[in-house]
Amino acid sequence: MLEIIVFLPILAALAIGLGAPARFTALGAAVITLILSLVAAIQFESNVEGMFQMGSDRPLLVMDGFPTLSLSFGVDGISLVLLLLSTLVLVAAVLVSPQESEIKGSSKLYYSSLLLIGGGAIGAFLSTDLFFLYAFHELALIPTFLMIGIFGKGEDRVKTAWTITIYLGVGSLILLVGLIMAVVGLGGTTFQIAELIAIAEDPESGIAAGDQTWIYLLLLIGFGILVSLFPFHSWAAPAYSQAPTPVAMLHAGVLKKFGLYGLIRIALPILPAGAESLANVVLILLLGNIIYLGLVTIAQKSLDRMLGYSSVMHMGYVFLGIVAANSIGVSGAVLLMFAHGVSIALLFALCGWMRDHFGTVKFEELGGIASKLPKLGLLFGFAAFAAAGLPGFANFAAEVAVFFGAFSGMGDQLGWIQWTTIIALWGVVISAVYMLRAYRNLFMGPVAPKMEIPTDLSWSTRLPLLLLLAALVAVGFVPELLNQFIRPGVDGLLPAVAG
Amino acid sequence: MDVNTLAWTVLLLPLFVAVSIVVGLKRWSGLSSLVSTGSALITLICCALMAGAEGDAKAFPWIELGTFRVDIGFQLDHLSKGMMLIVTSIGFLVHLFSLAYMKDDNGKSRYFAGLSLFMFSMTGIVLADNFVMMFIFWELVGVSSYILIGHWFHKESAADAAKKAFLTNKIGDFGFMIGILMVWILTGSIYFEEIKEAVGGGLNMTLLNIAVLLVFCGAIGKSAQLPLHVWLPDAMEGPTPVSALIHAATMVAAGVFMLARVVFLIEAAEMAAQVIAWIGAVTALVAALMALQQNDIKRILAYSTLSQLGYMVMAQGIGTPEGSDAGMFHLYTHAFFKALLFLGSGAVIYACHHEQDIWKMGGLRKKMPITFWTFALGTAALIAVPFTSGFWSKELILEEALHEGMHGPYVLAIIVAFLTPFYMTRLVIVAFFGKNRSDNADHAKEVGPIMWVPLAILAFMAIFSAYKPISGLLLANGYGSFGHLVEHFGLTAILSIIALIVGVAGAIFFYKGKDSDPINIPIFANRFKIDEFYIVLVRVFQDAVAAFLDIADRFIVDPIVARFPALSAMAAGQFLRVFQVGNVQAYAYFFGVAVLALIFYLIL
Repeated sequence: MLEIIVFLPILAALAIGLGAPARFTALGAAVITLILSLVAAIQFESNVEGMFQMGSDRPLLVMDGFPTLSLSFGVDGISLVLLLLSTLVLVAAVLVSPQESEIKGSSKLYYSSLLLIGGGAIGAFLSTDLFFLYAFHELALIPTFLMIGIFGKGEDRVKTAWTITIYLGVGSLILLVGLIMAVVGLGGTTFQIAELIAIAEDPESGIAAGDQTWIYLLLLIGFGILVSLFPFHSWAAPAYSQAPTPVAMLHAGVLKKFGLYGLIRIALPILPAGAESLANVVLILLLGNIIYLGLVTIAQKSLDRMLGYSSVMHMGYVFLGIVAANSIGVSGAVLLMFAHGVSIALLFALCGWMRDHFGTVKFEELGGIASKLPKLGLLFGFAAFAAAGLPGFANFAAEVAVFFGAFSGMGDQLGWIQWTTIIALWGVVISAVYMLRAYRNLFMGPVAPKMEIPTDLSWSTRLPLLLLLAALVAVGFVPELLNQFIRPGVDGLLPAVAG
Repeated sequence: MDVNTLAWTVLLLPLFVAVSIVVGLKRWSGLSSLVSTGSALITLICCALMAGAEGDAKAFPWIELGTFRVDIGFQLDHLSKGMMLIVTSIGFLVHLFSLAYMKDDNGKSRYFAGLSLFMFSMTGIVLADNFVMMFIFWELVGVSSYILIGHWFHKESAADAAKKAFLTNKIGDFGFMIGILMVWILTGSIYFEEIKEAVGGGLNMTLLNIAVLLVFCGAIGKSAQLPLHVWLPDAMEGPTPVSALIHAATMVAAGVFMLARVVFLIEAAEMAAQVIAWIGAVTALVAALMALQQNDIKRILAYSTLSQLGYMVMAQGIGTPEGSDAGMFHLYTHAFFKALLFLGSGAVIYACHHEQDIWKMGGLRKKMPITFWTFALGTAALIAVPFTSGFWSKELILEEALHEGMHGPYVLAIIVAFLTPFYMTRLVIVAFFGKNRSDNADHAKEVGPIMWVPLAILAFMAIFSAYKPISGLLLANGYGSFGHLVEHFGLTAILSIIALIVGVAGAIFFYKGKDSDPINIPIFANRFKIDEFYIVLVRVFQDAVAAFLDIADRFIVDPIVARFPALSAMAAGQFLRVFQVGNVQAYAYFFGVAVLALIFYLIL
C-alpha cells in the first residue's frame, strides 16, 4: 500500500505528461493518496515490534562489497504524521491551483510538477532506505526550482530560481557528504535506516564521539540549509514570495520538513554524542531564527515576504524540540512540523488569493478588507491566530510541548537550553506582534482608498482552506489524534532518553 | 443532573453557541443574539445548581507525552463555584442588556458570538485544575477580548485598542508561561492540588520566589496592574456592555482569581508576596490619581477599575488564606457594583446619543431618574459608604493588611480610600446635577425596561451582595454583618470613614455648580505619560531594531553566507570526484535523471 501512496502521484504526473487531463488527474491522484494515507493511519498499530510497519522491500542494486540499494518503504508514527501532512497539503495545493485555461504556459508541466513535489516528499518520508530517502527529496526539489523559474511571480523569478537551486543544491551536497560519512563510519554494510540505527546503538560498532561531532556538523549544515536554519535562511523569503502559490504551500508546508525529519530520523539516533556536543551551537542558531528573523519579520512591508520570514522563524521552535532530545520535546517538534506545515500552507493560499484578486499584498495599499470581504477576514483571522500560537489550534499544543520538553532537564539552576527557551518564548510575543499588525493593517480600520474590491471567497475557493483549517482545529482540540502515533514513534527512536 | 454533566455543560455550551453562530446562525442576527442570551441563562442555572451539589467532574486528557500530561479537568471548590456564579450572573445580565444596546448593530451576530466565546474562555479559567489548562483559556480570554474590543474594527481607534490589549496581555503571558515552566520543574506538577502538596517539602526558595513573580506577570497583564495597565482604558473603545462584562467585572478579575487559586504559592514565597502587595497598592494609588482628571465617563470608570483591582491584588499579596479571601470578597462585590456603573454609563451614553464627555452632560438626574438612582447606589458601594457591599469588602482587605503588618501598602490604600470618593463624587455631580450642557444631554430620556431591569438587579446586589445568604453562596465563610462592624470597629474603620467624608465633601466643594474643571493637573490628565513612553520604547527597541536587522539581513548576512554555498560547492566538488561534474546545477539534474531512470526501471 505504501508503494501505491508513493507512486500514485508520480505516475499521475507521468500520465499528465502523456496527455491525461491535467487538473482532473492531479486532483484525483491527490485525493486518492489522501484517502489511502488515512487508511494507513487507521491500520497503524501503536504497539508493534520493530521500527517500521507496513514495510515493503525491493532490492534494486545488489553488488559485492557495496551495500544493497533497495526501494523499501515503511512507516512509523513520525513518518505517518508527515505523510498525513503531505497528502493533506497536496490536495489543498492542487485545489487552489488555477484552472488550466488560466495558466500562462504549459498546464501539463504545472500540474505534473506539483504532483512530483508532493510525491517526492511522500517518498522521502516513507523511504526506509537512506539512499532513496535522499533521492526522493531531490526528485521533489527539481520541479520546485522549475516552477519558480517558469511560473513564478515578479521580474526576478529566474534569478530567484537559480539562487535557490544553487543554495539548496549545495545544502543537499553537504548533506550527501555527511550521510556517506555516517554510512561508512557505521561499517558501510547497509543503507537500511533501521539497521544503521541498530549498529549505531551498539557501543562496539557506533561511531566514535569525536567523529560524530564532525558528521553531525555536516548533517546540521546540510539539513539546516534545507530548513533555512539561521544563518542559511536568506534563500527562503524571496523564494516563497515569488513562487506560485501551490509551490509555496508545498515547499514551506511539506518539503522543507524533510530537513527536520532527517535530523530526527537519522542524525539524532545515529549521532547522539554529536548532537549533544553541538547542542549549544544549535541553540544559538535557533535563536537567530526566532529572535533575529522574528524582528526581521516585523520589519516587512508586504504580506508575502512577512509570511516567508515567519515561516523561517518558526523553524526555530522545531529545532528547540530536537535539541531537547527527549520524548516531550521531540514529540512536540514532530507535532509542530505538522501544525506549521498546515498553517503556513493555509496562509500562503490566502496570500496568493489576495495577490490574484487585489493585485497587491503591500500593507500600505490595502486596508479595512474585513468590512468588505468578511469571509476572507474571518478565515485569515483564524489562520493568523493559529500561526501566532493561540490555543485551539495545533500550533499551540505543539509549541507548549516543545517548551516543556526543552525545560524538563533543568536541575538546580537554569542551563543553556532553559535560557534559550526563555528567550525563545519572547518569540511568541514577536509572532503576535507581526500577525496582529498585519491583520490590523490589512483587514481592520477604514477601507483603503483606491483598493479594488473583489467578490468574497466562493465555496469552491474556501473548500481547500477549510480543509486545512479543520485539520488545525481538530488537532488543536484533540492533539491525541496525532500524538497517538507520535508517541510510539519517538519512543522507538530514542529508547535511551525516552521518558 | 450530576455535577459532571453540569460542569461540562457550563464549559461547552457557550463554545457550541459561538461555533453555531459562526458556522451558520450568523445570517439571522436576531436568532443568534437570542440563542446566545438563552445559553447564558442556562449556564447561570447550571452554576446555581452546581453551587449546591457535591461531587466531581471527569477530566478529558488533552496531551500526554512522557512525563508531561495535561487534562481538561475541573477543580470544583468554593472558590471556583462562587466565581462561576459571578461570571454567569453578570454574563447573563450583560447579554440581556446587550439585546437592547446592540439592537441595530450590523455586526450583532459577531458580537454575540464573541460574548459566548468569552463565556467559554472565562469558564475554563475558573474551573481549571491545572496551570496549562488555565493558560489555554487565559489566552482564549485574550482572543475574545480582542474580538469584542475591536467590534467596531472599521474605526482606527477600536482596531488599535484591540491590538494593544492583546499584545500587552501577551507580554504578561510571556512571564506567566516561564513561571508555569519553573513551577513545573520545581514541584514536578502543573496541577494545583499536587503543587500545593509539593510546596510544603523544602524547595529552592530563590527559584520559587522568581517562579511566583513570573506567574504574577500573567496577572499583571490580565488584571492591568502597573506597568501593563495601559491597555485597559483604551479597551473602552469596545461597546459599553463589553466594558461592563469584560473590562470591569470578569476578565480583569481573572488575574486576581488566578492569584487566589495559587495563594499557597504566594504564602510560601515571602519576597514575591511583598512585591505583589506593593504593585497592587501602587496601582491602586496611581490609577486613582489618573481618574481625578479624566473627562470621559467610561475612562473614569476604567481607571477606578484599575484602582480597585489594585486593592484585590494587594489582598492576594498579603499571602494568607484570609487575605486572599478578602480579595476575592472584594472581587465579588466589585463585580456587581462596577458592572452596574458601566451599564449605567452605557444607559447614559445611549440616552445622550453616544456622548461620553461628562462636561457635556449635566442635569441627567431629572431626565433619567432610574439610571441616576441605580448609578448613585453603585457609586455608594464603590466609594465604600458604610453598609454597602463595597464597604465590607474593602474594610476587610485593609484590616487584613494591617493585621499582617503590611504598613506601606496599607497607607497607600487609605489614601486611595480618600481619592475614590473624590473622583466619583465629581463624576456624579458633573454628569447628573447642574444644568444640561449640551443638546444631547437636553434630549436625553430614560432608557427602556430591558436596560433598566439589569440596572435595578445589579443595584440590589451592590448593596446586599455582602450579606448572607448571598455572600454565603460566594464565599466559604460569608462576611458582612452589622455585628462584624461593631466587633472590629477600630483604626481602619475610623480612617476610611473620615477619608470618605473628606473625599465627598471636597468634591462637592470644588465641583458644585461648575461648568468646567476648576482643577487642572496635566500630569494626571496625561496619565503620567506612560503610554507615550511605551510608544517610544516600542519604536526604538522593536521597530528601529527590526528595520535595521532587515537591512543588515539583506546586505550583510545574505552576501556573506551566500558565499558559503559557492565556496563549499568547490570544496565538495573536490571531495566528491565520483560525480566528475563541475557544477552544482548539472549535478542536481544528473541526480534527478538518475532517480527517474531508477523509477522507470522499477515500473517497467
